[in-house]
Amino acid sequence: MSDIAIKMEMVNKSFGDLHVLKDVNLEVKKGEKLVIIGPSGSGKSTTVRCMNFLEKPTSGKVSIDGELMTEKNCRRIIREKISMVFQQFNLYPHLTVLKNLTLAPMKLHGISKGQAEETAYHYLDVVGLRDKADVYPIALSGGQQQRIAIARALCVKTPIILFDEPTSALDPETIQEVLDVMVRLAKEDNITMVVVTHEMGFAKQVADRIVFMEDGRIIEEGTPEHFFTHPDSPRVQEFLGKIIR
Amino acid sequence: MGGLFSAYAWSKVWGFRMGFLTGLGNTLLTALLGILLALALGLVFGLMETGRIRGLRVIAGIYIEFIQNTPILLQMCFIYYALAFSGHSIGIVPTGIIALGIYHGAYMAEVFHAGIGSIPKGQFEAAQSQGFTYMESMRYVILPQTIKIILPPMVNQVVNLFKNTSCLYIVGGMDLISVTYSFVTGEKTGGAYSPAYLLCGVLFFLMCYPLSRLATSWEMRLKRKEMAAAVTAAKAA
Repeated sequence: MSDIAIKMEMVNKSFGDLHVLKDVNLEVKKGEKLVIIGPSGSGKSTTVRCMNFLEKPTSGKVSIDGELMTEKNCRRIIREKISMVFQQFNLYPHLTVLKNLTLAPMKLHGISKGQAEETAYHYLDVVGLRDKADVYPIALSGGQQQRIAIARALCVKTPIILFDEPTSALDPETIQEVLDVMVRLAKEDNITMVVVTHEMGFAKQVADRIVFMEDGRIIEEGTPEHFFTHPDSPRVQEFLGKIIR
Repeated sequence: MGGLFSAYAWSKVWGFRMGFLTGLGNTLLTALLGILLALALGLVFGLMETGRIRGLRVIAGIYIEFIQNTPILLQMCFIYYALAFSGHSIGIVPTGIIALGIYHGAYMAEVFHAGIGSIPKGQFEAAQSQGFTYMESMRYVILPQTIKIILPPMVNQVVNLFKNTSCLYIVGGMDLISVTYSFVTGEKTGGAYSPAYLLCGVLFFLMCYPLSRLATSWEMRLKRKEMAAAVTAAKAA
């Protein structure tokens, strides 16, 4: 068993003529909390979306838990190993909160209704929304929807959770409630988190390592301490100077 | 004779009631089985048209375009006579079921295609990111969300299919229209045009109108449910 949860080797991704990822090499250790930052259009989202094959790399390799991901095995690997939290939440609007949480466990993981609901209520408690079990997503605020989306990711008990700008679509006053849940989650040693975000406070607080991307490449990586005190690249200094005022 | 207010003409129609009932039965049987076939074909070809496999998309495109751009009368004659002359006569009711199923299946496919196309990309991605296959995503996540979008055009097709059973006349059918026509033009039964066509029209109306109503009320109910949820949301905010 390898202690590497996610490994990307020379990953390239193009959309038509647009070369979005350029020779990306990245390793995420099991249990590591990795934060990816960078200006918009730098390829951060595409990087995490390549990790669960929402985007198939144009070239290069993605391995999960030491297993090379292919067109054939990606469903199984995703089902067993990876969950994702989206910028736009993407809850299923035709299902109640409870059914949003139990759909995949029941249909994909063969878990009984009773067991799945028990797990669902447990994670609703974790995100503090047990009383919303029977409402439809449309009846929730953005922050609440995102907390439900996090609970949905937890319900399948995958060791890896990807967060693609989880607070970017939220009203300022609901951002903190989502970040609080994520900070608590980050205390779990056995969960590997990869978070694309512009929340520098969050990055500083929970990241084991920060990766800075620009123009489809990883420019710099290091601990939060390194990043926020003496980053090497002038580009990173400039970016942080703009974003932290 | 033949007038709308002629008691004699109405009594002739009454005398032929079993004939009308047979026609009605054939129309109902053809339409109901035709609807099932059209729904099945529509779903299969709609999914093919929406899916990622290019070959299947092309096949679905050819089916839909070919069927939609040739007359149903031609399709019906082709199925009936082509098969009959090759020694595989299948009878008129099965001809009607197959021809109407294939014809309206092409339109149903477009209905499914449009319904699936109206669901945001994020829904497909959420399902995919949980490990659902394409078909599982469709079944559990996408198709249930399309219902309120596709219901009205779908019922429209069902009603049209009912009315198009009249095309069976071209192959000498025993459907309601054909029976009515042979009644009013028949040597022994002929004459009572107005009452016979009026009765035929009423029977069609009684089949189709409740369907239209059902669809409208179903649609309204879904919309009300959505409104209620939105109101709850507004209150929570």
